[in-house]
Amino acid sequence: MDLGQINPLLLLASLMVAATPILLAAIGEAVVEKSGVLNLGVEGMMITGAVVGFAIGVNTGSPAVGFVAAAAAGAALSMLFGVLVLYLMSNQVATGLGLTLFGLGLSSLIGKPYEGMKAPSMAKWDIPVLSDIPVLGPILFRHDPMVYVSLIIVAVTWYVLTRTRAGLILRGVGENHDAAHALGYKVIRVRLLAIAFGGACAGLGGAYVSLVRVPQWVEGMTAGAGWIALAIVVFASWRPWRVLLGAYLFGGITVLQLNLQAAGAAIPVEILAMSPYIVTILVLVVISLRGNHGAPGSLGRIFHATH
Amino acid sequence: MTGDTRHQNALLTLEGMTKAYPGVVANDQVSFSILPGEVHALLGENGAGKSTLVKMIYGLVKPDAGHMTLRGESFAPVNPAAARSSGVTMVFQHFSLFNALSVAENISLGMDNPPDRRALSARIREVSHAYGLPLDPGRIVGELSAGERQRVEIIRCLLQDPKLLIMDEPTSVLTPQEVDILFETLRKLTAEGTAILYISHKLEEIRSLCEHATVLRLGKVVDTCDPREKSARQLAEMMVGDTLHVPFRESAEPGAVALAMSDVSMTSPTEFGTSLRNISLEVRKGEVLGIGGVAGNGQDELLAVLSGEGRAQSGTIKLADEDIGMMHPNARRARGLLTAPEERLGHSAAPDMSLTENALLTGSVREKLVKRGFLRWGKTEQFARKIIKDFDVRTPGPDNTAGSLSGGNLQKFVIGREVLQRPDVLVVNQPTWGVDASAAAAIRQSLLDLAHHGAAVIVISQDLDELMEISDRFTALNEGRLADPVPTQGLDVETIGLMMGGGERETAA
Repeated sequence: MDLGQINPLLLLASLMVAATPILLAAIGEAVVEKSGVLNLGVEGMMITGAVVGFAIGVNTGSPAVGFVAAAAAGAALSMLFGVLVLYLMSNQVATGLGLTLFGLGLSSLIGKPYEGMKAPSMAKWDIPVLSDIPVLGPILFRHDPMVYVSLIIVAVTWYVLTRTRAGLILRGVGENHDAAHALGYKVIRVRLLAIAFGGACAGLGGAYVSLVRVPQWVEGMTAGAGWIALAIVVFASWRPWRVLLGAYLFGGITVLQLNLQAAGAAIPVEILAMSPYIVTILVLVVISLRGNHGAPGSLGRIFHATH
Repeated sequence: MTGDTRHQNALLTLEGMTKAYPGVVANDQVSFSILPGEVHALLGENGAGKSTLVKMIYGLVKPDAGHMTLRGESFAPVNPAAARSSGVTMVFQHFSLFNALSVAENISLGMDNPPDRRALSARIREVSHAYGLPLDPGRIVGELSAGERQRVEIIRCLLQDPKLLIMDEPTSVLTPQEVDILFETLRKLTAEGTAILYISHKLEEIRSLCEHATVLRLGKVVDTCDPREKSARQLAEMMVGDTLHVPFRESAEPGAVALAMSDVSMTSPTEFGTSLRNISLEVRKGEVLGIGGVAGNGQDELLAVLSGEGRAQSGTIKLADEDIGMMHPNARRARGLLTAPEERLGHSAAPDMSLTENALLTGSVREKLVKRGFLRWGKTEQFARKIIKDFDVRTPGPDNTAGSLSGGNLQKFVIGREVLQRPDVLVVNQPTWGVDASAAAAIRQSLLDLAHHGAAVIVISQDLDELMEISDRFTALNEGRLADPVPTQGLDVETIGLMMGGGERETAA
C-alpha cells in the first residue's frame, strides 16, 4: 500500500464534486419536509433529472440548458407526487416509494438511446485571484459553476427559512397544519411550492451526476444517492448548514475510500465501500443526540381542510 | 335593553345565519347582535352549533344563507385574514399554536402585517405587561404552560386592536388563578370598548363574566337572557331544554379497604411533570374519594402509578391486601383496578381506531375478548354496542372512529367502557372535562351508581363543584403531596384552599 499516492489537495477538491449531487437533493428534501411533507421519491426524481439533463445537454450541446431541463423534469415529476398526496390524500410513504420506482423505470426508457454517449463538458470556473491562493485556491475555487450554485442554494434556503416571513409560514405549515389553516394560510399551496422546489433540486442533483461527475448516462446511475440524501436530512435535524456538513462528510469519505482502494489499502473492499454510509450515519447520530431533533410536527400527516 | 335598541347599537349583527353539513343542520336561521364593550355568552350543549357559528364569523366557514353586519357595514369575510382586518379575532379552543416556534414567531404568524422582529418583540413585551399577561417573546411555545400558551393567543389577538374577540372555551385548561388573571384582562378590554363573544361550559364563569347570553340548541337560537340574573341550573336547563337531572347519591356504609397506598413516591416520567412524594391513602368499598388540586401537581402521575403505567416500589400499593405495586396494567385490570386517564384523544382512546377497537383496548382482559391470542370481534362489538347504549353515546355506530365523536360523547364512552367492566376500584382523572352539563351529570351519576354497588371510586378533578357533589371524602394534591382526606360534608372553602395550597391544615376527625 502506498498512501503517498493520495494527494490530499486533490482529495479535498474532489470531495466537493462528489458531494454536490447529494447536497442538492438533500437541501431540496429538507425544505419539503420542513413544510410537513415526506417525499421518499428523491431517488426517482434524481434519476429522472439525470437522464433528462443528459439528453437535453447532449442534444443542445449545452450543459447549462441540460441543468435547467433537469430541474424542470424533477419539479414536474414531483408535481405528480404533490397532486396525489395533497389533493387525493394518498399515503405519503407509499406514494413516494412509487415515485422512486416510476422514476427509475421512466429514466431507463428515456435513456436507452443515450447509452455510451459522452456528455458535453462543462467549463470550470477558475475564479480570478481567489483560485491562485496556494492550497485553498485549487480546493475551493476551481470548480464547475454548479458546485457554487449548490452552495448558494444552501445559503439562500437557510436565509429564507430562518429570516423571512415566507420561511416562517413554511415552517408554520410544517409544524401544525391545522393551526396554519385556522390562521388562514394556504397549506396546500405552500406545500405544493415546497414539493416543486424539492423536485427541482433533486433534478439538479441527478443531472450533476450524469453531466459532470461521471459524465455519461448509465441506467440506475444515481445508485442510492437519493436515499442517502433522505437520511442526511433526518440526521441533520432539518437544518441547512448541517445538511451541507452531512453531504460533504459523505462525499469526502466516498472519495477517500476510492483513493484507498486505488492505493491498495489492506482493508477489504467491501468495508471501504460501505464506510461512507456508516460514518455519515454515525456522525450525524452523534450530532442529533444532543438537543431536540426538530422534526416538523405535521411531517407525513395527511391534511384535511375542515371545510 | 329591548331587541330593537340592541340591534341599532350593535357592533355585529347576525341575521338568519344558516349552515348545513351532510346529514345535519349545524346552524338554522341564527340571529342575534353583539354590543360594543359587551361580554356576550354563547351557550349550548356539545353539538349545538356554537363552533360552526363562530367559524362563520371568523371567515373559516362559508354560510349557506344569512348575512352579517359589522358596525353598520355588510360583513362577509372570505377568510380569517379578512375577518382580522375588519377587527374580528379569535382564540381557539384547541390552541392554534406552533410548538417548535418561538412566542414572537407564533404571534407574527397570526398577524397580517407584522412589524420586524425587534419591534414586534418590544410590542409583545409592552402589550403583555400592560394587560397583566407577561410573556417572553424568545421562548419556544412548546415549553410553556397551558396558561402561558393561551396568553400567546390572546396577545396575538390584542396586537391587532380587535373590535370583537371570540373566545372558544378559553378556561378549560387554566388553573383557577389563571382564570382570574384572564378575567381581569377581559374586563380591561371591554372597558376599552372591545366586545367579547364567549363560549364556555362553565356556567358559573359565565354568570360572573357575561352580560348577555344567547342560547343555542340543535343549531337554533332558543333563548336569550342576562346570565347574571339566572342560576347556573337555570342556564343549564335553557341549554338542555329540559329539567336538569341532578346526580343523587344514596348513602351507603363504606365497606372494607379496597385500595391502599402507603408512602408511594415516583419520579415523574415526563420532563415537565411533578414527582409523587410519600403518598398514602385508603379508599373503601362503596366510597367516592375526591382528589382536587391545581393541574400539574401530580394528577397524571398519580393516575399512572395506579394504572400501572408507572411502577411503585413493591409493597406500597395494595389492592384488597394483594401487593400490586410492581404489576403491569393488564395484571391490575384482571384484579379489578381500572383507570380512565384525562387525555381523551391519545391516552384513554386511540383517535383513529373504531369504537369497537377502542373497547377492546382496555376491555380485553376482564371481558374476555381475546381467546388463545385471537380477537373475538363479535363479542367485542357487542361490548362496544352495550357501552354506546347504556351510556347514551351519540354516534352512528361502533364502527365510527373515536376521533369522530365530540368530546362529551367520547368521554361518556371512555367512562362507560370502564364502568361496564364492573371494577372493584375505578380511578378517573377529569371525568367531565369539556363536557356539557347533561353529559357531565350522566357521567357523575354513573360513578355514584358504581360506588353504590360496592366499588371504590377515586375521582381526580379540578372542578371543585363536581368533587363537592359526588365525593364522600375530599383531599388535594399539591406539588406531588397528598393532604389527609377529610369528609366532604361540611367542608368550607377555606379548608379546601389550604389543602390545595399545601398549607397547614386541621384534619377533621
